[in-house]
Amino acid sequence: MASTFEPIPARGPRADSVTRFPVMTAARSSRSILPGFGLSLGFTLAYLGLIVLVPLSAAFLKTAGMSAHDFLAAVGSSRVMAAYRLSFGASLAAASVNVVFGFLVAWVLVRYPFPGKRLVDALVDLPFALPTAVAGIALTSLYASNGWIGRWLAPLGVKVAFTWAGVFVALTFIGLPFVVRTVQPVLQELEPEIEEAAATLGASRWQAVSRILLPELAPSLLTGFALAFARALGEYGSVVFIAGNMPMKTEIVPLLIITKLEQYDYRGATAIAVVMLVSSFLLLLLINLLQKWSRRSLAI
Amino acid sequence: MSIEAHNIRKRFGLFTALDGVDLNVPAGKLVALLGPSGSGKTTLLRIIAGLEFPDPGSGRVLFHGDDVTDLPAGRRKVGFVFQHYALFRHMSVFENVAFGLRVRGRRERPSDAAISERVHRLLELVQLDGLAGRYPSQLSGGQRQRVALARALAVEPKVLLLDEPFGALDARVRKDLRRWLRRFHDEIHLTTIFVTHDQEEALEIADEVVIMNQARVEQVGTPQQVYDRPANPFVYQFLGNVNVMRAPALAGAARRPGVAAEGAEGQIYVRPHDIELTPHASGGSGAAAIVRHIHAAGPHARLIVEQVETREQVEVEISRSELAALGVRVSDLVRLRLRQAHSFEEDYAI
Repeated sequence: MASTFEPIPARGPRADSVTRFPVMTAARSSRSILPGFGLSLGFTLAYLGLIVLVPLSAAFLKTAGMSAHDFLAAVGSSRVMAAYRLSFGASLAAASVNVVFGFLVAWVLVRYPFPGKRLVDALVDLPFALPTAVAGIALTSLYASNGWIGRWLAPLGVKVAFTWAGVFVALTFIGLPFVVRTVQPVLQELEPEIEEAAATLGASRWQAVSRILLPELAPSLLTGFALAFARALGEYGSVVFIAGNMPMKTEIVPLLIITKLEQYDYRGATAIAVVMLVSSFLLLLLINLLQKWSRRSLAI
Repeated sequence: MSIEAHNIRKRFGLFTALDGVDLNVPAGKLVALLGPSGSGKTTLLRIIAGLEFPDPGSGRVLFHGDDVTDLPAGRRKVGFVFQHYALFRHMSVFENVAFGLRVRGRRERPSDAAISERVHRLLELVQLDGLAGRYPSQLSGGQRQRVALARALAVEPKVLLLDEPFGALDARVRKDLRRWLRRFHDEIHLTTIFVTHDQEEALEIADEVVIMNQARVEQVGTPQQVYDRPANPFVYQFLGNVNVMRAPALAGAARRPGVAAEGAEGQIYVRPHDIELTPHASGGSGAAAIVRHIHAAGPHARLIVEQVETREQVEVEISRSELAALGVRVSDLVRLRLRQAHSFEEDYAI
């Protein structure tokens, strides 16, 4: 390379330790330190196309055959709109709660040694592994007005099972591991020195957490949020048991789609799915942008 | 502000990091805590900073005569610089330096204009003005370390503590930066303690060197004192090259009353540059030795010679002109004379 013969730039303003992967160069030049760019990119695109894009575009193709009027009628009915509100609202609420408590769980697992820590650590993954129907039935029997928890809530006038709150509880349950598992490794990597530095500079504990730790963890918290949210949007198995599935009240979008399918209304089902897809894609894109913005200065 | 530590003990589980250590740093001095890894020097520094606390009931830490043992780090008015900088990655250089001022309570917090002025003055002091808007990831190691220093100074500490400040830098930057630190200290006269395992670094810039080993202080003194009059074999060996020889081996070289009394077990310590070589043919005193190896790259020539009588190998350092005058080659015979040697039973000088 020509630059071999150029003087080495002096240390100073130009020094830059940010690693930049030579993606574009690798694509063009015949010799690269990271060979196989063409092959791996080709494979990636083919794989994503086959696994993600083809099934999804089928939904779009199906709805493409509908007239605008039919499409709006299919997705705009008040029953469908209520389902959208419930699905997006409950998923957002559940993901928000999971960010807070998932962070707490990750914090405790990383920072403090305690007996049974490994067991607790393993417990976090349980919602991943449990068949969602099992989770739904278990939650329903717990929160029903004669269940272990529901019987204490009923006298207070709080009903969880077969209400909006039940949907929220189920979505919180299945979303927790996503936040814990994305935050935990980042928290583990964080040098304890930066907190000590904050302490020697006179920062209170709260200031160290809010000004140093949380900004450092923001990208991973957002990732955890996005994953938990996306999972909650698509969740079906656990919700159908606890929600009661009353139209206009506790009917989630995935259930509505199944209902349409059972009525042989394939176009209606795909129309609802397309709206769901586009809006979740936009939301996830927004979260990704936020995340990019928050890690801009971290140079990771 | 002077720093005193009395009888500090610290254990981590079964490991004793500090075993009754005393330290006394006069105000305005630049003091090096020097020792091999695991000697307890960093733990001592962290206890002085308030990042670690001595074992209950053991010792006290005093700043300017006031007991600060139970004060948390944030209230001791210390500036601490970490080996790996510990900069806040999500903040610009400016915000890093301003952090200590921004977290103050509303009453003590300077105005934004005052903060900005002080940050820029500090960045000028560490020669980084103009990089205020950068992020730590865009700086070189030496620059990051100076940002860390400016950040520590922003809170107007009474004491500056540096933990292996140059340890993570490459050799040349390290040398530049440590001279810079010395000049810097001469300007601001802030009581400073820095931890290092590099004896050259400690001897070059410190007013006083505290040599630690295995949780204890071995010796305290000016660089010249500890180098010329090491208190014990450990210090002797830790500070620079040394030949450890059995005393009788050189009995022929230097017989003095008192030396013989040392007995056969006595060992003497000789620096390579305190040995003189003369041609064997010249006769005179000195033990006969065979030149085994000559390493003549660099400012000095290093020779490995083997004493004929004891077969002990000795490293000798002479100037290259001396080597030329001597005119020896590998396997030639020479005579050894000691200009200066130490034994820790009795002074041994020639």
